Amino acid sequence: MIELFRDIKVDWLGKRKLFLAISGGLMLLGLISLVIKGGFKYGVDFKGGTIVQVRFKQKPDVEKIRQLLRENGAADSQPQEIAGRNDVIIEFQGAKEEDASAGRSIIISALNKGFQGQFEVLSATSIGPKVGDDLKRQAVFATLYALGGILVYIAFRFEWIYGAAAVFAVFHDTLVTLGLFSIFNREINLTVIAALLTLVGYSVNDTIVVFDRVRENLKIRRRDELETIMNDSINQTLSRTILTSGLTFLTVLALFVFGGEIINHFAFAMVVGIIVGTYSSIAIAAPLVLVYTNIRGRAVPQVAVPTRPAVAKTVAKTVAKTPKPKRA
Amino acid sequence: MKERVHLGLDLKGGTHLVLQVVTDDAIRAETDQAIDSTRQELQKQNIIFRQLTRTQSNTLQAVGVDPNKDADFRRILNERFTEWDLVSTAGEVPNTYTIRLKPPQEQAYRQQSVDQAINTIRNRIDQLGVGEVVIQKHGGPGEDEILVQLPGVDDPARVKNIMQSTAQLELKLVDSGPYPSQAAAAQNYGGFVPSNLEVLPSVERDVASAEGTYYAVQQVASITGRDLKGAYPSRDENGRPAVSFNLNADGAQRMGRVTGENMGKMLAIVLDKRIQSAPRINGRITDSGIITGGASGFAPQAAQDLALVLRSGALPASIKYLDEEVVGPTLGADSIRAGLIAAVVALLSVVVFMLVYYKLSGVNATIAMVLNLIILFGAMAYFGAALTLPGIAGVILTIGVGIDSNVLIFERIREELRAGKTAVSAVVTSFGRVFITLVDTHLAALISATFLFLFGTGPVKGFAVTLVIGLVSNMFTAVFVSRTLFEWVLNRRQRPETISI
Repeated sequence: MIELFRDIKVDWLGKRKLFLAISGGLMLLGLISLVIKGGFKYGVDFKGGTIVQVRFKQKPDVEKIRQLLRENGAADSQPQEIAGRNDVIIEFQGAKEEDASAGRSIIISALNKGFQGQFEVLSATSIGPKVGDDLKRQAVFATLYALGGILVYIAFRFEWIYGAAAVFAVFHDTLVTLGLFSIFNREINLTVIAALLTLVGYSVNDTIVVFDRVRENLKIRRRDELETIMNDSINQTLSRTILTSGLTFLTVLALFVFGGEIINHFAFAMVVGIIVGTYSSIAIAAPLVLVYTNIRGRAVPQVAVPTRPAVAKTVAKTVAKTPKPKRA
Repeated sequence: MKERVHLGLDLKGGTHLVLQVVTDDAIRAETDQAIDSTRQELQKQNIIFRQLTRTQSNTLQAVGVDPNKDADFRRILNERFTEWDLVSTAGEVPNTYTIRLKPPQEQAYRQQSVDQAINTIRNRIDQLGVGEVVIQKHGGPGEDEILVQLPGVDDPARVKNIMQSTAQLELKLVDSGPYPSQAAAAQNYGGFVPSNLEVLPSVERDVASAEGTYYAVQQVASITGRDLKGAYPSRDENGRPAVSFNLNADGAQRMGRVTGENMGKMLAIVLDKRIQSAPRINGRITDSGIITGGASGFAPQAAQDLALVLRSGALPASIKYLDEEVVGPTLGADSIRAGLIAAVVALLSVVVFMLVYYKLSGVNATIAMVLNLIILFGAMAYFGAALTLPGIAGVILTIGVGIDSNVLIFERIREELRAGKTAVSAVVTSFGRVFITLVDTHLAALISATFLFLFGTGPVKGFAVTLVIGLVSNMFTAVFVSRTLFEWVLNRRQRPETISI
C-alpha cells in the first residue's frame, strides 16, 4: 500500500498567527498592486470594445499590421501575436458608441488594405459599453448570491460561525487570486469570473470536509479542547486534502497547458485558486472558528463551556440516527 | 456523440448577437396615434384647441383648449383615453393639458414591442434558412434586449441588415409637391405645415437639378404594412428590380376607396419614412402595387431582401446592436481539439494515479468516473444543453469533483482499516460517514452553481449547466455505484478480510 501521509501530527492552529499574517500580507500586496495600477485590467467583455482574432497564411508582420491599423482609423488598437501560430489578436477600443459591428469592420477593412486574401478571421467580438457594465454587475451579484447561499447552508448544517468562517475563507481566496491577477497584469474576463466561482465551490468543499470531521470528532471526544480536535481533524483529512487538491491541480494544469488561448486566463485563475483555496481551508477557516470561540469563551465563560455540545446538538439534528447527546 | 450533444457557437462557429429594441419608438408611435384620435374626437365634439403635440415619447400636450369646454374635455379624457393620465394643466398658454401614458400601460407596450420584434425577426431569419437559430429575450426586465444566435454564419452583415430594417410600409396621399427642399414645402403653406400633413424626403432625385425632392403628404397613412398579404421581387416598367406587393381583403377595400375618391392625385409609397415613389392615381386600384427603387433601381439582392422583410411584417421599433461575437469555423475546431486534449490528459493522469495509489479500488474509481461522464453527456443531450468551451471546463471540473469523492471514501476506508476494522465493516462505516460529507459538499457546490445558472449569462451559464449535471450524477456514481462495486467484490470472496486499496 502506497501511503503518502500517515499519522501526521502538525500543530496547524498553533501557527494561526503566522497564517493570518501571511494571508493578510498577500491581500495587502494585491491591494497595493491594484492601487498602483489603478484598478483591474478588464477584458473586452467587461469594458466594451472589439476584439478580432485573425489567422495569417504566413508569419505576420506585426509592425506592418500596427501601421495599417494606425493609418486606417484604428490607432487605438493593440495587435498582439500568439506565439507558435500565425495568429494575431487585435483589441480595439474605438467606435464603442456606434453599432456593435463598427469596430470589427474598421479593423478588417484596415487589414484588407495590406493583406487582402492572406488572412482568415477566426473570431470577432464587439461589446457595447452597456453590455459590459451589465455583465460586470451581474457577475458581482452572482458571486454575492452564491456566497450568501453557502453561508446560509453551512450555518444551517453547522453553526453560524462555521458558515461565516467558510465564507470569509472563500472571500480571502477570491481577493488573493484577484490580487495575483493584478500583480501579473492578467486580464479579467467572463471566463475568469467563472473560474473564481468554481474556486468558491472548491474552497468551500475543502472547508466543509474539515468542518465535517471536526463535527464528528466533537461528538466522540467530549473532553478534548477545540484546538486539539481541530488540529487532529485537519491532520486526519490531510491526506485527502492533498490528494484531491493535487489531482484537481493536475486537471487544471492540463487546461492551463493544453487548453488553448481562450481559456488560459480561466486556467490561471484555477491553478492559483486551488493552491490558495486548499491553504485557506486549513489556515484560515478553522483558525477563525477557534479565535472566535476563544474570544467568546473569555468574555462569557458560562456560555463558552457548552460551545462544543452546542455543535454536537447540531450534529444530532442532522444525523437522525444518533441519539441526542446529554450535556457534559 | 457530436450528433447527440449540441455544440455551442464557440465550438461550432457562428454569430452571436445581442440587440436592443428601441421601445421608445413604439411608445412614440402610440402617443402619435393618441394625438390623432384626440384630434378627431375634439373636432367631432366641436372643441376648439390651438395645438396638439408630443412633448416626450410618452407625453402629449393639448394647448389652448377652449376654456368653456374644460368639463367636456375632461370627460372625453376619462371616457375615451383610459390608458392615459392627465398629469398637469399648467403651461405658458392657459388651458394647456399635459397627458401621459399610464406607467403600467407604457410597460406593457414596451413589452409588446419586444415580443413583436422577436416574432418579426424570427419570421425573417426563418426565411433565410439558417438552421438551429436561437432568438430569445435577454437581460433583465425593462432592458428590452434580444439574443440571436446564428450557427454557421460567419459574415453576419446581410442577416443583420435584414433583421434591422424596420420595413414600415405606408401608402400616403400626396397633398402637394415635389419640392426641392423641406423649407420650400413649408413656404407653400405659409411657412407652417398644417398638423395633418408632413413633409417627407423622396429617394427619387430631380432629373434636371439632381437635387433631392420632397412631398407634403397626409400624416395618416391610407394603407400600412399591416394590410399586406404578400410581397415578392419583380421588375418595374423600365425592367429594373423592384418589389411588388398585394393587399389583403380589408386593405384592398380601403385601397379601392382611396384610389377611387382621389383620381388624378398622387399616392406616395413610403418605406421607413422615405418616399420610394409617388405615382399618379390613374384608375381605381384595389389589391396590388409596386415599390420601385428610385432612379437607379434596387440591387437585385436588395429587392429580394426588401420583399422578405415586407412579408415578415414591420418591426414595431428600431433596433440597435449592442454585442456581436463571430467565431469562424477554424477557431471552433481548434478549441474543440484543445479542450479534448486537455480533458483526455486530465482523465488519463487521474486514472493512472488512482490505479497506482489505490490498486484495485482505483478500478472502482475509474468506472465511477467514466460512468459519471457518460451520464453527464447523456443528460446534456437529453436536455438539449449546448456544450461550450466553458462547458468543457465544467466537464473537467466534474472529473475533479468525482476524484474528490473517491479519494474521500478511500482515505476513510484506509483509516478504518488502520483502526483495526474488518474490510466489510470498514467499507460500510466509511460510506456511511462520508455520505454526510458528500451531501454537504455537493449541496454547497450545487447552491453556488445554481446561482451561477440563474444569474450568470452566456459562458457562465454554459459552465454552470455542465457543473450542475456533473454534481448530481457524481453524487450517484460516487456513492451508489462505487459502493455496489465494493460490496460485490467483497461478497464474491471467501474471506473478505482484505481489500485492495
